[in-house]
Amino acid sequence: MLKFIKVVFALVRKDISLEYRTKEIMNSMFVFAFLVVVVFSFIFDPGEHEQAQIAGGVYWMALIFSGLLGLGKSMQSEITGGNIEALILSPISRNAIFFGKVISNLIFMLVMQLVMLPLFAALYEVNIVSHVLMIAVIAGTTYGFVLLGTLFSLIAARTRSREIMLPLLLLPVLVPLILAAIQTTGALSAGDPPEEYMKWLRLIFVYDIIFTSVAAVVFDAVTEE
Amino acid sequence: MKRYCAAIDILTIIVIPVALWFAFFYAPVEARTGIVQKIFYFHVASAWVGFGALFTTFVCSIIFLVKRNHFSDDLAAASAEIGLLFCTVVLLTGMIWAKSTWGAWWTWDPRLTTSLMLWFIYSGYLFLRKFTDDSEKRGKYSAVLGIIGFFDVPVVFFSIRWWRTIHPNVVQQGGGGMHPKMMTAMFVAIAAFTLLYVSLVNKRMRLAALERKYYFKDLEDKNG
Repeated sequence: MLKFIKVVFALVRKDISLEYRTKEIMNSMFVFAFLVVVVFSFIFDPGEHEQAQIAGGVYWMALIFSGLLGLGKSMQSEITGGNIEALILSPISRNAIFFGKVISNLIFMLVMQLVMLPLFAALYEVNIVSHVLMIAVIAGTTYGFVLLGTLFSLIAARTRSREIMLPLLLLPVLVPLILAAIQTTGALSAGDPPEEYMKWLRLIFVYDIIFTSVAAVVFDAVTEE
Repeated sequence: MKRYCAAIDILTIIVIPVALWFAFFYAPVEARTGIVQKIFYFHVASAWVGFGALFTTFVCSIIFLVKRNHFSDDLAAASAEIGLLFCTVVLLTGMIWAKSTWGAWWTWDPRLTTSLMLWFIYSGYLFLRKFTDDSEKRGKYSAVLGIIGFFDVPVVFFSIRWWRTIHPNVVQQGGGGMHPKMMTAMFVAIAAFTLLYVSLVNKRMRLAALERKYYFKDLEDKNG
């Protein structure tokens, strides 16, 4: 178990130092998410009242679209240099490779959100993180997205027309998670009573638990040659 | 094997008109919505087959990941392909029926939305198979999607149910005011569509076996 954690940590460190030098994934994800937020704002009139309700949806859509780009790019850098093959051949657990990749993608997306949230608050005049539980919503949703996203991006990267494969496979499976994230964000920023959002918050974590176990079991099949 | 397939085909050809007779002549015309309700028998039967096909794909995906035999991979793929067909029928009949009873082509009801998501998952599954060239990888990748898709469908259903619902819940109410003759017609339609599914899957399986046979024969010819 200790070795497992050490391997995961080493892989995460590799990804972070690579990203620290190139900054390719973070920069492209951030600019794209920013752009989506700006383009979506043309839907609303300035100062409209429903803005607080819809803002959560816009935020999550921007995050998911840019995340799709980032995941594809993050996996592409593993494939082109033959790095993933080298990792699979090395005597380490396949699940360590998978969760290492999940954790580094999770870190990228969380750091991006640290920049996105104030920017979003300024543009939409809504503070998304108005409740402390919103941290749990952001962490749970981003984890669920990155978990299945990493699994499917590894599959999509080895098919023809990989750019279209990832969203085509990932989005239908993410529907419950996206819905729950939008509902909790809307309820929390509107200051609704707990019964409005607690079931959705639970759904996010049940979703994460189900698919963490499923992904851990099936990941071996994706990597073996 | 060939005789079994032929028997299923003949049985299907006989049972489909019988199901039509049951739906249109045996079952009474529904008092409130009239003749449009006849679509119900084929709608429910297609839904049964569509969701059943996903279950077959799921089971075969697990068997494939454990045993790695061609049979389970072929059956998973065939079932997904025919499942997509029936899923399309569910969505189309559902929309026609919804327009005449609820006055709208589409509502974001859990069953409608779940069927639509199932349709997307099936489409993604078939795209994935089409775009993966290596036959061994194709089997493994699509098996992973078959398993994840199966776990996802109930979660989709419950999440949409919390969101909104208007679909009539016939089965949970224990037949909910349905005429016994209507129940009979529904079960005959389900039996007929299940036979049609089995017959179509058989054909798809034989095609897959032939494709593999000639693919390998081709390779042998090329390599001398």
